[in-house]
Amino acid sequence: MSATTHAFAPRPGERAAQAARFARLRRGVQLRYVLLALPAVAFLAVFYGYPVAAMLLRAFNDPAWGTENFRPLTTLTRDIDVFGFSVPGNAYLRVFGITLQIAIVTTLATLLLAYPVAYVLAAIRPSRANLLMILVLIPFWTSILVRSYAWMVLLGREGTINRVLMGLGILDEPAKLLNTRLAVYVGMIHILLPFMILPLYAVMRGIDRNLLRAAENLGGRPWDVFRRVFLPLSLPGIGAGCLLVFILALGFYITPALLGGQRDVMISVLIAQQVTLIKWGFASALALVLLLVALVIYVVFSRILGVERLYGGTRA
Amino acid sequence: MSATGEARQGVGVGASPRARVRPARAARRRVSLGQGLLYAVTGLILFYLVFPIFVVIPVSFSSAKYLQFPPPGFSLQWYEKYLTRSDWTGATWLSVQVAAGTALLATLLGTLAALALVRGRFWGRDLINAFVVSPMIIPSIIVAIGIYFFYARIQLIGSPFALVLAHTALAVPFVVVNVSATLVGFDERLEYAAMNLGANRRQTFLKVTLPLIRPGVLTGALFAFVTSFDELIVALFISGTGAVTLPRKMWDGIRQEIDPTIAAVSTIFIVLSVLVLVSAELLRQRSERLRTAIPTQVE
Repeated sequence: MSATTHAFAPRPGERAAQAARFARLRRGVQLRYVLLALPAVAFLAVFYGYPVAAMLLRAFNDPAWGTENFRPLTTLTRDIDVFGFSVPGNAYLRVFGITLQIAIVTTLATLLLAYPVAYVLAAIRPSRANLLMILVLIPFWTSILVRSYAWMVLLGREGTINRVLMGLGILDEPAKLLNTRLAVYVGMIHILLPFMILPLYAVMRGIDRNLLRAAENLGGRPWDVFRRVFLPLSLPGIGAGCLLVFILALGFYITPALLGGQRDVMISVLIAQQVTLIKWGFASALALVLLLVALVIYVVFSRILGVERLYGGTRA
Repeated sequence: MSATGEARQGVGVGASPRARVRPARAARRRVSLGQGLLYAVTGLILFYLVFPIFVVIPVSFSSAKYLQFPPPGFSLQWYEKYLTRSDWTGATWLSVQVAAGTALLATLLGTLAALALVRGRFWGRDLINAFVVSPMIIPSIIVAIGIYFFYARIQLIGSPFALVLAHTALAVPFVVVNVSATLVGFDERLEYAAMNLGANRRQTFLKVTLPLIRPGVLTGALFAFVTSFDELIVALFISGTGAVTLPRKMWDGIRQEIDPTIAAVSTIFIVLSVLVLVSAELLRQRSERLRTAIPTQVE
């Protein structure tokens, strides 16, 4: 657009008229872009925006106007355990506490496991890294339901792990592995690991190796070079990965429902239960709280990290 | 010690490039103990990632009546059961149709939106962008119950068409993100060149723009297809009895049916995901080739 403008040299009097004409043209171009976005925006408004907004409104108007649906959350009936501390709460707040705890543990564990993998993938030759990346991408593309089912096969009473442990003489009778908190952790970490590896790997690939060589030449021992140069440079990847995994973990439904027990109900499972009990207003209130928690965490952390970094890392 | 000796020798002989590389290699070998440990840990973690998926495959070929690993013998009975029972094949066919419909609709909407969001400079663009990609971030249960309440009121529960509409809302962000990625590196001078040579807007779009962003569009379509084909949570609420998809059918049977039929179905999902991974990789390579090849041809 701008490339063609300076080809003409307008006479002094025509300058204003020409500027107006260009402004009009530019508005026309922008109008065309708005029209291109319109179908998607209209579609999403009808089949996603409006239904979700109407559902959230239900928290205040189903069955009657008011904040009645939040009362079960704010009425403190008994002490609950949150991160080992006993605080006043109720059965519903306990589910929120469990959800936060599972999300935090899962996020930290995936970070711990993903970091060495991403480090090695970024350090070796790209052709080999691409080959090993297949091992990360196959689970990434496999549905969560199938992967949770695979863990049911492995962890069940007659499952692979019990059989192996009994075959080795470590166990005399099958241990209860399925429907425990441990199973939820193992399954969720497995499912979310690729979401941590990919952003970490993207950031680590971009780190200038000359900086590490310079640090080595200046006498840094390998550990110091890692701790004071590489680790700080990989922080954007850590931030993006943790934020992504944490937000995804908060809303997990399939894995805790299949692998968890009675005591491992996460907030999504609770919401689904309330819907089937036809307590739609209360389910909406729970959904609203979950959404607010997720949004606040997302907005705060993406402000700190910069949103574009986050998008750069998701899904390869 | 020997590294420096070799280096000195290399320089003395006239420093063939090969000799000069050697000391660096020797230095790398020196830290290999810690590195060996790191590689071993990485290997274990990669094993943890892949192993559960590959356990399912042998179980699906098991001759046993129950889930058992390693399987006592080879049999195709669970595939036979899957292929001969009409509830399984019906669910599969429905899932394919819904996913194809979703891919078509989401690709159309998402590609147009990506063009507008990457190139446009209009008021509210960032807000629209956030709205369009938000289904990707918001917990699925929230979207699912929102759509469920809405469909319950307008009586769309149990219709495959309604599933397509719901899945499209979830799939549009993936198309937008993928197409945007190819548009960001797009050289707009190619379009001006086409128009200077007499092409109108439509011709320019169809013959220049579209071929160049095609890998991104196809990757987006692939994502949209998989998003719908794998989707369970929305389907749990709105598929009713009239539109049971394959994940929904698996979910219904996953706790009662202890025979390995579900392992056979899972194997089909795994094969599909490998196929998708390969296609996505080929598309990515094509997109990179297009991006690097064009500037040299133009200049």
